[in-house]
Amino acid sequence: MTLELRIVEKRVGAETHIHPTSVVMEDGSFNVLLGTTLAGKTTLMQLMAGIQKPTAGEIWFRGRNVTHVPVQKRNVSMVYQQFINYPNLSVFDNIASPLRVAGMDRKEIERRVGAAAELLRLAPMLQRRPSELSGGQQQRTAIARAVVKDSDLILLDEPLANLDYKLREELRDELPKLFAGRKAVVVYATTEPAEALLFGGNTATLHEGRITQFGGTAETYRNPHDLITAQVFSDPPINVTPVRKTATKLTVFGTVTWPAPKRLAKLPDGAYSLALRPHHVLPAGRAGAAGSFTGRVLVTEISGSESVIHVATPEGTWVSHSHGVHPFAIGAEARLHADLDHALFFDSTGARVM
Amino acid sequence: MRKTVNQKAWFLVLPVFLLVAFNALIPLMTVVNYSVQETFGDNVFTWAGVRWFEEVLRSDNFWNALQRQLLFTGLVLAIEIPLGLAIALTMPKKGFWVSVCLVLMSLPLLIPWNVVGAMWNIMALPEIGLLGKAINSLGINYNYTRQPVSAWFTLVLMDVWHWTSLVALLCYAGLVSIPDAYYQAAKVDGARRWAVFRYIQLPKLRHVLTIAVLLRFMDSFMIYTEPQVMTGGGPGSATTFLSIDLVKKGIGQFDLGPAAAMSIIYFLIILALSWLFYTLMMRNQEN
Repeated sequence: MTLELRIVEKRVGAETHIHPTSVVMEDGSFNVLLGTTLAGKTTLMQLMAGIQKPTAGEIWFRGRNVTHVPVQKRNVSMVYQQFINYPNLSVFDNIASPLRVAGMDRKEIERRVGAAAELLRLAPMLQRRPSELSGGQQQRTAIARAVVKDSDLILLDEPLANLDYKLREELRDELPKLFAGRKAVVVYATTEPAEALLFGGNTATLHEGRITQFGGTAETYRNPHDLITAQVFSDPPINVTPVRKTATKLTVFGTVTWPAPKRLAKLPDGAYSLALRPHHVLPAGRAGAAGSFTGRVLVTEISGSESVIHVATPEGTWVSHSHGVHPFAIGAEARLHADLDHALFFDSTGARVM
Repeated sequence: MRKTVNQKAWFLVLPVFLLVAFNALIPLMTVVNYSVQETFGDNVFTWAGVRWFEEVLRSDNFWNALQRQLLFTGLVLAIEIPLGLAIALTMPKKGFWVSVCLVLMSLPLLIPWNVVGAMWNIMALPEIGLLGKAINSLGINYNYTRQPVSAWFTLVLMDVWHWTSLVALLCYAGLVSIPDAYYQAAKVDGARRWAVFRYIQLPKLRHVLTIAVLLRFMDSFMIYTEPQVMTGGGPGSATTFLSIDLVKKGIGQFDLGPAAAMSIIYFLIILALSWLFYTLMMRNQEN
């Protein structure tokens, strides 16, 4: 184990930014912090780096208590959402800056900067200034600065958020390769569930200053332990409705009754929340079948080969995300099919029961 | 494809054209008119060619005033720019004291120029003024109406008091606009305070500093009111700057031709030097 937060808490005045949190991240692992804006991703990273000090709790790194060790002495590097480079230094000098601060000799600096530039395809523009580069190249420079020294901890705070779509995809492909085979603990903050799924590794879902769940990315996605985790880790947003289970029947939206799937046999009768990801709600089905319901169409977003249909139900908007083009007139009644085999059930406290 | 031409658009430009015409072009052309003609009043003009220009460029008064002007502006810039920057760097970035600082800093800028002159005039009086009396009681012989050095000292001090705030406020605005992430990144790199200033703050402030230098250069090069109220250009002609010399010529002696010629030369000097400053500071940035 290497990076360990032990009941770390951060309060600023009367506000609690990070509730007591414990988490362990291994050497060489890629860890995604997933959460909306203000969920506490940046604060958590700054605590890990030592830019902020926790109000309570301890931070351990490779068996050493580093809670009070300032960031300069921790061998950390960080990449931000904004493209942060020294404006009047060339790309070469920018990448070299952490090595120069560390007092490395010239030959070694040149070798390392060359390698980092090669890796990030910056070799042809080493003599340029950041202002002469495109946004993507500026961010590559910042990333090169982060990887050029052998940091123990590399923090990336929404590094792709300010890039346009194409460049974002390009860098998104390259980033995991860049960190593969390194000994460092890599932490990557993002607001996008899709990004977490693409990167794999581990994911911690954050909500209002708490880590709701931490584990393998695919596992966290498929097996959320509570409703909030399921909500944070779903885009488009996961569909939720109160459901009442009585013997072999499920009543949803107040009026619609479905036969309960067999796997629910052991679930005691009572009130629950049913959550279903949009790609398990498809425009199909016939009246009376299990999982079938209707709703008034609010919006349809049709992109080439996929349809996203928003319908009004008595319990708020539900979203269906399906392959193929399914045009619906706005205001029309749409019949949708909820795939109950994939439905998640939560009790009144939000804990997963099935 | 044919473009539709709408001549009515000219009417929209008319107000700004009239404004510029009346407040810049017409006065300027009047000055040009005076500078190449001889007049004894009654609107009778005779052609004088470049005679007035020659006269101005041959006069010792002009060259002496220009030298004093350059020295004054040089001193003022050399003090106010670094001092303003230093003040901006030490000002708090958030909290209660921000507004206190901002109000205090803007006070000198709100005082009318002749009042600034009058204020310092009284304050620097060697017998009863707070500043004058204090300096004299230190054993330094100080009298700004008699000694050129004292007069210069007082004028420069007054200008620094009056205008450093402007530089400080400009720099402060520039500093506040640097995203926090830059400072964090520097901290992560282990950069020292000096490196943060040299590699983050200074480059990010370059535009603001260019504006500050230009504004202070132009304003101090045209300074009139304060020295006029304070010293009237004396003792002797020790603090007779270009503008004071110009007003003496134009309104005191009613030498309209030479005064007009001098105005144009004065204007061209400011234009040339401003262009020089701007180009130098901007080129620095590109390289």
